[in-house]
Amino acid sequence: MPTTFAPTTTDTVAALTNITKRYVNGVTALDNLSLTLKRGEIVALLGPNGAGKSTAVKLMMGLSSPTSGQVRIFNKDPRNTHARLRTGVMLQVGRAPEMLRVREQVNIFRGYYPAPMPYADLVKAAALEGIEERMFGQLSGGQKQRMLFALALAGDPDLIFLDEPTVGLDIEARRAMWAEIRSLAARGKTVLLTTHYLEEADALAHRIVVINKGRVICSGTPAEVKSLGSSTDAAATLKIIRCVTTLPAETLHNLIGVTAADTLNGLTTLTSAQTEATLRELLALDQSLHSLEVASPALEDAFLALTSN
Amino acid sequence: MSTTAIPMPTTTALKPPSVLRIFITEIRYEILRSLRTRAYSLAAIGFPVMFYCLFGLLLNRNEIIGSVSVAKYLLGGYAVFGSLGAAIFGIGVGVALDRSAGWLDLKHASPMPPLAYILSKCSMAVVYSFLIVCVLTALGIALGHVHITAIEFARIALIAAIGAIPFSCLGLAMAFTVPPAAAGGIANLVYLPMSFLSGLWVPLQFLPKILQQIAPVLPTYHLAQMMYAALGAPSHGTLTQHLLGLTGFSILMIGITWFAIYHREQNS
Repeated sequence: MPTTFAPTTTDTVAALTNITKRYVNGVTALDNLSLTLKRGEIVALLGPNGAGKSTAVKLMMGLSSPTSGQVRIFNKDPRNTHARLRTGVMLQVGRAPEMLRVREQVNIFRGYYPAPMPYADLVKAAALEGIEERMFGQLSGGQKQRMLFALALAGDPDLIFLDEPTVGLDIEARRAMWAEIRSLAARGKTVLLTTHYLEEADALAHRIVVINKGRVICSGTPAEVKSLGSSTDAAATLKIIRCVTTLPAETLHNLIGVTAADTLNGLTTLTSAQTEATLRELLALDQSLHSLEVASPALEDAFLALTSN
Repeated sequence: MSTTAIPMPTTTALKPPSVLRIFITEIRYEILRSLRTRAYSLAAIGFPVMFYCLFGLLLNRNEIIGSVSVAKYLLGGYAVFGSLGAAIFGIGVGVALDRSAGWLDLKHASPMPPLAYILSKCSMAVVYSFLIVCVLTALGIALGHVHITAIEFARIALIAAIGAIPFSCLGLAMAFTVPPAAAGGIANLVYLPMSFLSGLWVPLQFLPKILQQIAPVLPTYHLAQMMYAALGAPSHGTLTQHLLGLTGFSILMIGITWFAIYHREQNS
């Protein structure tokens, strides 16, 4: 369960209020968007490419200014040094200085803050053991990502922006980073993450904010967002059935309750509105059926339902 | 309850670390980084050394300009050439790459004072300018029988270091206006013609009249003239004119940089 820490305070750490961001070329990236981050919560910002996620994050980091509306970080302008002293940032960075060692880069960032996290703790939190003396240019994609994570945590900040933090990480490293992010929130830190791994948002976030075309289209716990995505009665009872079967496509389509059937690489995926009836018929027709799996529509499906028109 | 009040226990401890210390750290690691980047450090020092050996020490051996040997005269020109190269490739190309990779955004979003980043880059250019003038002088003395007094050397070293500043401003202006992928090519397009047109390779008096008249708009021209004067060779203009020329050029470049950054912030 993601909720190891339930935010109990109402302290507002960061707020975007009625933000509109229009570029000179006429594109409206954000359209009257409001978003509040509270102490101790993990918020995932989800949206398709071009939805305005990165614009929103850039505004909060003080890298860009809004056309109208207000951005406040710790009740200060995001460009204010005191706001930045309490903020840690992890961005999609293609290249850090290649000829500086991991240890050197981490310590340079620690030097920016009044009360940095002890070096040994950072090494542990970002799993940098064994690569501390390597130059950035010699690191693998996942190791680079872990160093950038350490830079975000270097100042022991109260607010952390993580832009696609687990890109390029293997499953083990990804889970380790999730655990670290959860422990940050448990210590009262606020984390805003953007991700395109819906599984990540589902597993990690206390609150998911889905944005599309510069507007917030829904916001709530992962469970709430999932149920919003399947708001119609038929959709609410839909289940996904996966199995390996020898039945032809025509037979599958004609099974009771099946709304869609698809076979790819020997694995058949059925969508059914009457799961039990479909299963009874399916198992009776194919004695050799195996690898059966039944699942509720995932956050991914809810997300697609919400962001497609 | 007010939604804007954020009582946090750590507020009192938030005194930012010393800015001076951050500056020193940034400068130290920028220099270390550039020295470790062999492709850069070898090229930045190697280019002026190669050209000086060829044109100043091998060819034109017995020529005299004014009362000064060609080997001594061109020492000044190639020191300026080296200074320009270090800044234009180190800053013009280096910052452009940092910008395109998103590294500049990450630095900017951190509490690091933005000036620390700029100063570290300029200091790197100053250090390279100094290294280059030392190497060139050593070569001139060892291989070109250049007679240079300690005072003369101190003067040209100082001029090379000062020269790194307008060139750093040029590098910054390039980094923020030129598409990062094209930065390397454009750096060469600025570096080589600018050096030639201000008489760093071939003394100005041997170039066509029209080029001689254009030369004073270039910062390299002013630095070269300062170098020649410092080395006791014939030169044009006064020190004040040259310093004004360099200051004007630097202000123009800073203006372009500021405008480009402002424009970028509005559009990103």
